[in-house]
Amino acid sequence: MGNLLYDVVIIGGGPAGMAAALAARKQGASCLILERDVRLGGILNQCIHQGFGLHYFGEEMTGPEYADRFRKLVEASDIEVMLESMVLSLTDDKVLTVLSPKLGLCHIKAKAVVLAMGCRERTAGAIALPGSRPAGIYTAGMAQKICNIDGYLVGKEVVILGSGDIGLIMARRMTTEGAKVKLVLELMPFSSGLKRNIVQCLDDYNIPIKFSHTITRVVGSPRMTGLYYAPVGKDRKPILEEEQYVSADTLLLSVGLIPENDLLGGTKVELSRITSGAVVDENRMTNVDGIFSCGNVLHVHDLVDNVSHEAEIAGESAAKYALDKFENQGETVTVTAKDGVRYSLPQRIHKGEGKVQIFFRTGDVYKNCRLIVESGDDLLLSKKCQILAPGEMGSVIIDKAKITGDIVVRLEV
Amino acid sequence: MEKVFDVIIIGGGIVGTATLDRLAKYDLDCLLLEKSDDVAAFSTRANSGIVHAGYDCEPGTLKAEFNVLGNALLWKDAQELGVKHLKCGSIVVAKEGQEDAIAKLVEKAKANGVEVEVWSRQQTLAFEPNIADDITMSLYAKSAGVVSPYQLAIAYADRAILNGAKIELEAEVTAVSKQGEIFEVKTSKGEYRAKVVVNCAGENGAPVNDMAGAEHYETTYRRGDYFILDNTERKNINTVIFPLPTKAGKGILVAPTADGNVIYGPTAVDTVADDTASSLASLDEIRRNVPLSYKNPTFNKCIRIYSGLRTIIGHDFVIGESKVVKNFVMAIGICSPGLTSAPAIAERLAELVTAKFACKKKNDIVENLPENKGLLELDEAELNSLVQKDEAWGRIVCRCEKVTEAEVVRAIHSPLPATTVDAVKRRTRAGMGRCQGGFCGPRVMEIISRELNIPLDKVRKGNGEDSNIAVCKVGEVE
Repeated sequence: MGNLLYDVVIIGGGPAGMAAALAARKQGASCLILERDVRLGGILNQCIHQGFGLHYFGEEMTGPEYADRFRKLVEASDIEVMLESMVLSLTDDKVLTVLSPKLGLCHIKAKAVVLAMGCRERTAGAIALPGSRPAGIYTAGMAQKICNIDGYLVGKEVVILGSGDIGLIMARRMTTEGAKVKLVLELMPFSSGLKRNIVQCLDDYNIPIKFSHTITRVVGSPRMTGLYYAPVGKDRKPILEEEQYVSADTLLLSVGLIPENDLLGGTKVELSRITSGAVVDENRMTNVDGIFSCGNVLHVHDLVDNVSHEAEIAGESAAKYALDKFENQGETVTVTAKDGVRYSLPQRIHKGEGKVQIFFRTGDVYKNCRLIVESGDDLLLSKKCQILAPGEMGSVIIDKAKITGDIVVRLEV
Repeated sequence: MEKVFDVIIIGGGIVGTATLDRLAKYDLDCLLLEKSDDVAAFSTRANSGIVHAGYDCEPGTLKAEFNVLGNALLWKDAQELGVKHLKCGSIVVAKEGQEDAIAKLVEKAKANGVEVEVWSRQQTLAFEPNIADDITMSLYAKSAGVVSPYQLAIAYADRAILNGAKIELEAEVTAVSKQGEIFEVKTSKGEYRAKVVVNCAGENGAPVNDMAGAEHYETTYRRGDYFILDNTERKNINTVIFPLPTKAGKGILVAPTADGNVIYGPTAVDTVADDTASSLASLDEIRRNVPLSYKNPTFNKCIRIYSGLRTIIGHDFVIGESKVVKNFVMAIGICSPGLTSAPAIAERLAELVTAKFACKKKNDIVENLPENKGLLELDEAELNSLVQKDEAWGRIVCRCEKVTEAEVVRAIHSPLPATTVDAVKRRTRAGMGRCQGGFCGPRVMEIISRELNIPLDKVRKGNGEDSNIAVCKVGEVE
C-alpha cells in the first residue's frame, strides 16, 4: 500500500489513546489509532477490579467497563483504528513505519502525533534480583494478564515484592482465587501504591506487608521453592544477619512502571530523567513540534481518570496543531520541582490567559507540610497538606495571568 | 532391545552438538542424549560468549591447541550456519607497573601462534574510548570476538538433524554399561545401545565417566555471575575489554554480545555442582571491578542477571579415548576457553570415532541451514511478500526485540523443536529484551499451546515438569 496521511495519528489504543483521539476528532481532525493488541482498551482490559471512573464519570466501574465507554464512542465516530499494528519507527517529521498482519509494512504520515503507548513493568532483571532464576517469578501485570484474560493462575503460594498498585491488586486477586499470599515486601519505608489499595487489598485479607525489607536471594529450580529476605538499613542495603526464609512457589514483582518511550530513539524528543517520559508544555506538546504525549507514556498515573483528562488536552492540542488552529502561544516559563517534590508536570507553561493544572509527586511521605508554588519572585500558591505520599499524584491549579517568571513547585516541611 | 547406534553422544552442550554435527556428515547412526528440554541448556547458555584469540593459555596445553584451532573453525562455522557473531577483537588493559604481565602474554601469544599487538593508551583510546582513566596500555588480539553460544549449539543440532542424526531431549543418563562390545545407556526416557559412547556431559562429565567405569576425575566448580545491559548501551563499546588474567580466570570483562547487548562479568566463585544462583556479594564484586577497566558502566541499564558454571578438572581439558573402557571417548573438563575450542574438539573427537568404523562422508551433506532471517534482518519487500503469504509475519509478538509470530512458530517447528518458552527465547530472542517477557511471555505461551496442542498450564518455562508458568485454571485451586 502507498503512503497514508492523517491529521492526527495516535500511537496506542488504551485509555490515553482513545481519549486523545476523541478529543482530536471533536476538533475536526482526521484521526487514526494504531493499537498493537487485538482490541482497544490497553491494560484496562485486564484490570477487572472496581475503582475506575469515579472522577471522570462520577461512578465506579471496572477497567473493562471504563474502556468500553470510550471504545463505544470511538466505534461510533469515524476515527480509524488499526489493530494488531505495531509502530516500528517514528521520525521528527512524523512519518510512522507500521507493521500489521493485514497491511504488512506501511508508512503513515501524520501532521501531528500523540504518543499514548503506556508503560511497562520493571522486571526481576532490572533490579538484579539475586539467587536462582526459576519458573515462578513474574511481574504482577503478567500474572494479572494470565489470570484475568487467559483464566489461569501462576502459582499457589505467593510472595509479592514491591507495593505498586498492580501488586496490591494481584495480592487480593490471587487470594480470592484460592492462592495463599504470604507476604508483601517493600524496599521503601512507605507504599508506592494508593492508600486505598493497601487497605482494600492487604489489610482486608490479613496479608502482611513489611516495609524497608527486600529479597536477598531466590531459591529453587526449575520451580521456585522459596526466598530469603531481610530488612534494609538506611542505605537500603539488606542486613544479611537478619535474613529470614519464606517458602513460596511464586514471586510477583510490583517494583515500578516505566513509560515505554523506546520508539522515540529515532526522534529528538527530549525525555525527563525523572519521569522517563517526554518533557512537555501544558498542551502536552514535546520539544518536537507536533509530537504530543499523554497517559502513562508521559508519566505514570495512579488514576485512569487523570489519564483521560490529560489525553483530552493532548488530543485537542494535536488537532489544533494539525489544523493550523494553534493560537500564538507566547513566551514559556519552566516549571521545576524542588525540596521534596520529585517531579512536576508540565515542565513548560506558556504565559497567557486561563488556568493550568500542575501535577506533581513527592519523593517521600510528608505530613502537615506546605506546598508552595512560586513564579519569579511571586508566590502563586501556598497550600497546607495533611499528607503527601509518592503513591498519590497531587495537583494544583494556577492562573496563567499571574505567571511572571519561571515556576518552582516545592514543599515546606 | 532392537537398535544399536554407531555412536551415542552424552550431553547437548556446545561440545556435544558440535561433535554430533561433525559425525552426522558420515554414514554413521548417531544419537545425542540430553537431559534438559533443549540443547545448550546449562553452561553453553550461560557464559561470556567470547571467541578467544588464545594468547593467555599455557603453551603446550590442550587448551592452547584447541583454542587456536577452534577460533578459526568457529568463525567459519558461525558464518556457514548463519549464527550471529562479531569479530570485534579484544583488548587486555593494563596500568602503570603491569608492563611485565603484558609482556608475558605477548610471549605466550607467540608460543601459541596468536597474532597480538601491544598498544599505547592513545592507540587503545582510538579503538575503545571508554577505557578507565589510569589504563596506560593494552594487548590487542584481532582474531577475538563474540558469538551467541546457545544459538551456535542449536544451529549445530539443527544441521546434525538435517544430516540424519537423532537427538533425544529430556533423556538423562542414569547408567552406562557394556555388554561385550556394545554399550547400554540407561536414561530417564529409556535404554539405548551403541558401539561407541562419547562423553560430552559438561558439568556431569566426571560422573558419567564413573558410571561407565572409565577414568575417575576430581571436579571442581566455579560460578560466574553476569549483568546483561539493554541494547541502548551497545553504542558505548566496540570490543571485548579484559583486565589482566589471574589464576581464577580471565577476569571480569566488559563485552558487546553478538545480539547487540552488553555484558559485565563473570565473577569466579568456588562452589558446588548445579549452583547457578547469583549472590549479592558476587554481583557487588562486578559493580566494583568493572570501573577499573571501563569508565562509564551503566548498571542501571541492567535488564537481566545470569550465572554460569565452569566445570574444572585439573588444569587442562580431558580429551581422548579412555584407556580403561574401549570405545569410550571423552571431552570433559571443558571450561574456558571451551566455547572457542568446541569446533576443534569436535573435529578431534570425530577423527577418533570415525577411525573406528569403515565409514565415509555422505554424498549430499547439508552445509547451510534453511533461511532463518528475523524481522529485523528482512528488507521491506521481503517482509511484505512474507506477510502476504502468512499474516503471522505481520504480527509482532515481542515488542522489545521485534519478533513476529511467524518466527516463534518457525522455532517451534525447527529441526530440533523448541517446546518451552525459554527454548523459543533462545531461538527467536522473544523475551530477551528490556521487558523480559512481561508482554510477550503470555503470547509465546499461547502460541506454544496452540502449535503443540497442549493446554496453557502444560506450557513450561524451561526444563522440568514443574516449570509450567500457569499452574492451574482459575477456580481450580485445590
